[in-house]
Amino acid sequence: MIAGKEGTGLTIDGVRSAIAEGRTTATKLAEEFYTRIKQEDPEIGAFLTLCKDRALDQAARIDKMAAEGKPLPPLAGVPVGIKDVMVTRGVRTTAGSKILENFVPPYDSTAVARLEAAGAVVLGKLNCDEFAMGSSNENSAYHPVHNPRDKSRVPGGSSGGSAAAVAAGMAVATLGSDTGGSIRQPASFCGVVGLKPTYGRVSRYGLIAFASSLDHIGPFARTVRESALVLRTIAGRDPMDSTSADLPVPNYVAELEKPVQGLKVGIAKEYFGEGLDPEVRAAVEAAIQKLAELGCEAVPVSLPHTEYAIPTYYIVATAEASSNLARYDGVRYGYRAPNPRSLSDMYRRSRDGGFGMEVKRRIMLGTYALSAGYYDAYYLKAQKVRTLLTRDFDEAFKKVDVIAAPTSPTPAFRLGEKVNDPLAMYLADIYTVTANLAGIPGISVPCSENHEKLPIGLQLFARHFDEATLLRVAHAYEQSRKPEWVPHQRSPR
Amino acid sequence: MKVTDKDVAYVADLASLELTEEERSRMLRDLNSILEYIARLSELNTESVAPMAQVSDRYSVDQPRQGSDRFAYASREDVHNGLRESLPHEVALKNAPETDGTFFEVPKVIER
Repeated sequence: MIAGKEGTGLTIDGVRSAIAEGRTTATKLAEEFYTRIKQEDPEIGAFLTLCKDRALDQAARIDKMAAEGKPLPPLAGVPVGIKDVMVTRGVRTTAGSKILENFVPPYDSTAVARLEAAGAVVLGKLNCDEFAMGSSNENSAYHPVHNPRDKSRVPGGSSGGSAAAVAAGMAVATLGSDTGGSIRQPASFCGVVGLKPTYGRVSRYGLIAFASSLDHIGPFARTVRESALVLRTIAGRDPMDSTSADLPVPNYVAELEKPVQGLKVGIAKEYFGEGLDPEVRAAVEAAIQKLAELGCEAVPVSLPHTEYAIPTYYIVATAEASSNLARYDGVRYGYRAPNPRSLSDMYRRSRDGGFGMEVKRRIMLGTYALSAGYYDAYYLKAQKVRTLLTRDFDEAFKKVDVIAAPTSPTPAFRLGEKVNDPLAMYLADIYTVTANLAGIPGISVPCSENHEKLPIGLQLFARHFDEATLLRVAHAYEQSRKPEWVPHQRSPR
Repeated sequence: MKVTDKDVAYVADLASLELTEEERSRMLRDLNSILEYIARLSELNTESVAPMAQVSDRYSVDQPRQGSDRFAYASREDVHNGLRESLPHEVALKNAPETDGTFFEVPKVIER
C-alpha cells in the first residue's frame, strides 16, 4: 500500500489546510491512521501502546475549532507518535523495559504537552531499545521493530519505532530521544529526517533519564520543513527542566528559505576513514558536491580526537546510567519481585527480573568506571577527553558554518547480525556520539540509496543553538534533489 | 587492568544486581572486551585538561560566571509561592507495587 497525497500521505501543512478547508476532519484523519497502523504495524512492530481515546478527544477539539471558524494552531490535527521514553499522563509508558510494564505516569512530559497544545493528535507510544540503550531496537523487552524498507533489517536504534512509524506512514511526525545517535541513526536507516537539537534547546522534563548530560529530545519527519515546525513547537525554556536554555526560539520555518550561498561546509577526514562502507562514502561525497553546486564552499577541517569518541561515550553514558537507573528498586513504581526475604533481596531480584541484558551490562560497566580505584582511570579520564572532543568542534566552527559527514558507517544491518557482539553494536554510533558529547545540534537527511535500495543518510552538524543554519542547509540540499527524488514519496512495497 | 570474577561479583553487589551464573560469565567476557577497547584513552595526555561534566556550563550565557554562579540557572528562591502543587496522595501511590493507602510498603528493614 502506498500512502497517497491525501489522508496518511499528508504533510503537517497539508493536514492543517485540509482540515481548515473542510476537505477532511481531524477525527477522520486519526481514524485513517489507526486503520493504517492496523494494516501495517503487525509486520513492523513500531507501536507498543495506542491511546485512541486521548487521540479522538484531541481530534474532536480541533474539529470543533475548525467548525467554529477559529484559527487553527500550527500542528492542528497532525497525527504523531511518541517514543515510549517520554511519560504521558494516563497512558502506559514502558521505556521498552519489563520493569515499567505496568507504569501509568501521573503527568505529561513537556515536549508532549507542547505538541498537544499546538494541536497535534498523539496516536500512541513507540517501541525503542530498553531505556534507549541500543542501536538496532533489538533490546526492546517487547518485540523488535522491522525496517519498513526491508523487513529483514533493523530500523536502527534506539528510536527505531519513531523512525519506522514515519517511514511507513503510520504517523506524520514522531518524537524520539538521542543520547548517542538514537534519532539520527534510525532516521538514516529508515530514509526519513531526524534532528537532534542543541543540548538545552528542548526541555527533558518527563523524559525517562538514561544519561542526563547526553540525553536530547528531537523530531522525526519526512521533510526538513516539518522537522523545523516540530522543533519550533517543542523548543524553549521550561521551568521544570533547569538544563533547558533561557534563549529565544527563532522561527526556524521562516529561516529555511534564506540563501545558502557562501556558507562554509566543513569536511573532516576523520569521518571518512576505515570502516566506512564505500557506497555510503560515495553517497555522502556526492551530497557534498551538491552543496557546492548550491553555492556552499567546502572547507577541510580537522576533528583529531574523533577516534576516542566511542570509548569516551561508553564511559560517560554508562556511568550516568548506573546512577539514573538506581531508582528502579521495586518500591514506588515498577516491577517488584515476589516474596522478598529482605529489603536488599527485593532490590536485587526486582532489578534482576526487570532489566534486560544490555541494561545490566551498561549498569555494570558504569558502576565499575565509577568505583573506587577506577574513577580516575576511567570516568575522570573520559570527562577530560570529552573536553578535547568539544574543543575540536570549537576550533572547526571558527572556520565553517556546518560540518557534513555520514550519519552511520553502513546502511541498515540485518536483524540478529550484531546482537551477540556488544562492541560491534557500539561502533554503529561512531559518527553520531560526538555531537552528544559536545552538545551541538545534528541532523540526518536522506541522501541516497545503496544497490539494495537501502537508505543512506547525510549528517550535518552546526554550532550550539544554530539549528536555523543547520535546517537551512539541510532544506536547501533536500530541495536540490527534486524532482529526481521526493522525500515524502515512498517506494512501493 | 583485567576484570576478574571477583570484580564482577563486587560490582554487581554495588549495583544491587544479583546476576545468574551465566550472566556473570557473559559479563566477565563483555566487560573485558569493552574495557580493552576503552583503554585507548590512555594514549592521550590529559594532564592539563579540565574535565567536562556537562554541556550547559559552556553556554555563552554562563561563561562569564564563576564558581557557584555558573549554576545559577538551576536555582530558585526557596518559597512556596509559585511552586506547583504536589501530586495528590492517591495519585502518587497509584503505581506502587504494595501500599497500605498511606505509605509505600517494603519488607521489614530492622530484624529483631
